[in-house]
Amino acid sequence: MALFEAHELHLRFGDRVVLEDISLSFEAGRLSGIMGPNGAGKTTCFNVLTGRYRPDRGRVLFDGADITGRSPQAIARMGIARSFQLMNLFDEFTAFENVAIALPQTRRRGADAVGQAYGDAALVAEAHDILGTVGLGQRADQIAKSLPYGERRALEIAVALACRPKLLFLDEPTAGLGSDGRARLADLVRRLKGQVTLVVIEHDMEFLFSLADDISVIHWGQVIAQGSPAELRTNPWVKNSNLGKLA
Amino acid sequence: MRTGHTVPTLTPAMIAIWVAFATVPLWIEKVGLYQYLGVEILIFATYALAYNLVLGHSGLPSFGHGAFFGLGAYGFGLAQLNLVPDLWFCLGAAVVVASAGGAIVAAFISHRRGIYYSLLTIAFGQVFWFIAIKSHAITGGEDGLLKIARLPVRLGVATFDLTHNISLFYFVLAVFVAVSLLLWRLVHSPFGRILKAIKQNETRARFVGYDVWRYKAAVLVLSAGLSGLAGGLFAMAQSSAFPDVMSLHYSGYIVMMTLVGGGLVTFWGPVLGAIVFLLARDVIGAFTTGWMLWFGLLFVALVIYKPEGLGGMFLRPARRKPAGAK
Repeated sequence: MALFEAHELHLRFGDRVVLEDISLSFEAGRLSGIMGPNGAGKTTCFNVLTGRYRPDRGRVLFDGADITGRSPQAIARMGIARSFQLMNLFDEFTAFENVAIALPQTRRRGADAVGQAYGDAALVAEAHDILGTVGLGQRADQIAKSLPYGERRALEIAVALACRPKLLFLDEPTAGLGSDGRARLADLVRRLKGQVTLVVIEHDMEFLFSLADDISVIHWGQVIAQGSPAELRTNPWVKNSNLGKLA
Repeated sequence: MRTGHTVPTLTPAMIAIWVAFATVPLWIEKVGLYQYLGVEILIFATYALAYNLVLGHSGLPSFGHGAFFGLGAYGFGLAQLNLVPDLWFCLGAAVVVASAGGAIVAAFISHRRGIYYSLLTIAFGQVFWFIAIKSHAITGGEDGLLKIARLPVRLGVATFDLTHNISLFYFVLAVFVAVSLLLWRLVHSPFGRILKAIKQNETRARFVGYDVWRYKAAVLVLSAGLSGLAGGLFAMAQSSAFPDVMSLHYSGYIVMMTLVGGGLVTFWGPVLGAIVFLLARDVIGAFTTGWMLWFGLLFVALVIYKPEGLGGMFLRPARRKPAGAK
């Protein structure tokens, strides 16, 4: 059984159908990619899978539990974390504090109104460890909004990793990055692969085809093709589309 | 907050502020002011610190906080006149009544933010104000609740009389010390840092697993309770409770104190704001009844040119350089 399954998700905004009977499944330990043109419904799909939007119909299962319509915080506490297409950090916090606040240890002490927020040496060490993983070990004391763009992207992933997720959704992690930044991020994602189950929305086909174990193509709010990168390269629809040229 | 730093419970600035306040009765009359002003300043400084818990530390723009201050004042007075005339009991009643008011408001508005949050706090503030005016049999209506006594402090082994302004000043100072210490700890605790995170990015906080609604509700209840404590002290200080303090313009005063003082950037800013506001009222007010015009102009100038307030100009800790900066 897959770690995560979505069955026949349907969502409309007013008269507009944005997701139509979408079914997806992600196996544990793998990197699954989602691709499609702008406006295809990829981010909306992520938003439904992570609790931001409630689907009009359909079911979402995680680790055997039905999480359809649950709140983002409930889903996060179950072990699903995500990054965002548009940067979503605690801008006034340091890189360290961005990570520390997302750690489950901090969350568990959320009702403590008199103790030291970061007095626990194990918590501090873990936050530094995560920052080191994403290559921000030397940036711990820097305010998030003052970090260069590429490092902010890496910090987004660090914040998501701090939730200690079983499943990590990354929404266009290379968006806005130059070739060096993309290479560094690809390296980071490659290192994370195997440690955590990953689902990545990406426009950079080279990035996705080199890393993903399987890919789903979304267009017009529907899944129009699924398979391994090799299978998708020969898929007639993908071959005839712009996506095919890139792949 | 720097990596792994723990924040000391007592800081030199904190002790200096407490000691400076403790000297006030020794010189306030020598500079042409009066002892009761010191009491008022401490009460409003306590109120402003409590208010800043929602505005400055949590980013929740409450514009109806006067309701909680007033609920505390009425809670103190009604408990004294109808239940038990004991200082601790009455102050407890002030906190409980104001917290209950805060809980009612929080239940309805904690899913909102920004302008919608503000508008709802104004609406609820007006509701409480209206109830206070119309419930003549309970609150005395516009005539207020009179004959509230300055109850003695009973400590078991000793009793202190508070009828004189100087003794009341030192009692209020003790409350101010306790509240400022509590709030200092709170803003540096896990709870406080989570509030700060929610202030910066509610969406992100939700997606790392925080129940944002609960935190927003909890901080409003806590702030309301401490505002009510200040209200109870105010009722005792002026021996009465009036609906005025629940009105929109009184709610505006605490916003002005907090912003002028620099509550958005410094912990002690609201205290500075309360001092400046009440001094302006008395000093400028000695020359003109239109003192609020001049204070209002100061407020406008600060919002335009120094939105971080006086505290941002004088009290703000030096920003540290980014790693690698020369």
